Amino acid sequence: MGILNHKFGENDVIFTNVDTLLNLGKEHSLWYLLFATACCGIELMQWGASKYDSDRFGMIPRSTPRQADLMIVAGTITLKMASRVKRLYEQMPEPKWVISMGSCANAGGPFCKYSYSVLKGIDKYVPVDVYVPGCPPRPEALIDGVFKLREVIHEERTLRKQGKTPPPRKPIVVDDPGALDPFAKPKIAEKIEAAAKELANKN
Amino acid sequence: MSEAQSVLNPGAAKPRVHAEEMVLSMGPHHPSTHGVLRLEVVTDGEVVVSARPDIGYLHRAIEKIGEYIDYRQFMPYTDRVDYLCSMNSNYAYALGVEALGGYKVPLRAELLRVLCAELNRISSHMICIGALAMDMGAYTPFLHGICHREKVNDLFEDVCGARLTYNYYTIGGVSYDAPPGFIDKAGRFVDYLWPKMVEFNDLITGNSIFQERLCGVGVVSPEDAINWGLVGPNLRGSGVKWDIRRNEPYSIYDQLDFDVPIGDGGDPNGSNPQGVLGDSYDRYVVRVKEVFESLKILKQVVDRLYENEKLPADHPDRLYQAKLPARLKIKPGEAYTRSENPRGETGYYVVSDGTDTPLRLKIRTGSFSALGIFEKVTRGLMIGDVIAVIGSFDIVLPEVDR
Repeated sequence: MGILNHKFGENDVIFTNVDTLLNLGKEHSLWYLLFATACCGIELMQWGASKYDSDRFGMIPRSTPRQADLMIVAGTITLKMASRVKRLYEQMPEPKWVISMGSCANAGGPFCKYSYSVLKGIDKYVPVDVYVPGCPPRPEALIDGVFKLREVIHEERTLRKQGKTPPPRKPIVVDDPGALDPFAKPKIAEKIEAAAKELANKN
Repeated sequence: MSEAQSVLNPGAAKPRVHAEEMVLSMGPHHPSTHGVLRLEVVTDGEVVVSARPDIGYLHRAIEKIGEYIDYRQFMPYTDRVDYLCSMNSNYAYALGVEALGGYKVPLRAELLRVLCAELNRISSHMICIGALAMDMGAYTPFLHGICHREKVNDLFEDVCGARLTYNYYTIGGVSYDAPPGFIDKAGRFVDYLWPKMVEFNDLITGNSIFQERLCGVGVVSPEDAINWGLVGPNLRGSGVKWDIRRNEPYSIYDQLDFDVPIGDGGDPNGSNPQGVLGDSYDRYVVRVKEVFESLKILKQVVDRLYENEKLPADHPDRLYQAKLPARLKIKPGEAYTRSENPRGETGYYVVSDGTDTPLRLKIRTGSFSALGIFEKVTRGLMIGDVIAVIGSFDIVLPEVDR
């Protein structure tokens, strides 16, 4: 039995519950989406490379959201980009988590006050589990953020009593991208439809 | 039928099969676009008909912010214009305001500025050549590049406390003096990196697979490079010998001894005998050579800093900052200054109306002009080669969108 080697009695039998076993797996293989928009992306790259080596925590970068468990939003999110972030989040399979890295993703950062084009906090679009402050955060801070996320995952429960519906995971402040995005298409699409209807009525 | 004919008669030209054109949206989230660049690629099978860049996903209104806050407060924002070389961005802005206000910078500050600028040029090129090799499918050179970059980061942490956004330069000098032992460390870094770069060259620069991916791909002729306003290593890769540090020297660059490497594709005795002048490999090689030139400059600057330390402490050349009022009010006027950044010539155009904030602040960056010629260069290439061209142009998106 390798490392176990009869440490747990003669037959090496361990009793645990399903949640603990599942959470053990989830915690230790968080594959993250390589999603970098601005300055924090460089620190994210350096966190994943030689010196800080995120591989130690079972974290490897994936280029496609369909293979990722964790999205690290690293950098400024502009209004033009925000709906894309939401789409990326929706493409990730469950279970999924989000770390907001850096002041820009947390609350707009240095661009909060005067910039007309920057989204003031990514939590308006996707549910965020852990916020890592800093501009940009040091890789050590990101490592700490990941361990905080592990604590969150450790508490999660998969199995529930029959008949109980699972509670909503987290409230999303703004669900509709069009509510904040001045470039969103729906309003224009409505206008076009209305114009098309008018034309049809005339004919 | 046509394939069978070409097998039987190998000398005949292969008939080109045209497929239906397809529009492929590449980005804004894509690992090889180096940020949030979106490309609208029209493809004919595997061949690119046109690749139109769609920018603005990282427009943060930095130029507009400059009109609200005073001259010193804007310095941290220049860090974020080009985060791979924050020191150089700071430098470009500081030069602009100093030209506008007519401020003099002490010698020690100039030396520290050049030292940090060249260190940051090295660390920026490390990311560029590492990421280019990673896009071409080689992961190890990227780890080598990051490993060397961490050494530079450690040096910068000593001198200003930050790892990425330094905010070290200030109007009229630098924010802090070099801490004790910093100059020794910088000297040791030169001795460390030189053999490591030779090792890096053995690993990837002479690699035949790497060369086959880059040689003859994405050719920019010298005329095109000048006409489309390419700057920096992209311009020099096309064989045009133009470097602001050499042609219009600022600071103490006219007293330093260094070469300006240019691309030499197609030259049988050069570094790129099998390529064409101005191809992706030329642009890559220019960056590798520039690292060596920066190391040469660093050696000279470290020696001059040792000389500078021997002066008495109250000597005007020993100051690291000129004494300026806390709130700068500059007489009405305008100034445009240029400096050589890792991504080429960066210009700051500052207009003052006599108050403590600029009336207008315009930034001219190298990545923007590189994206301009992008559509012309990538026409007719394979999709995989588009990645090589993006990597070799070394585009940083916040510099484009600002």
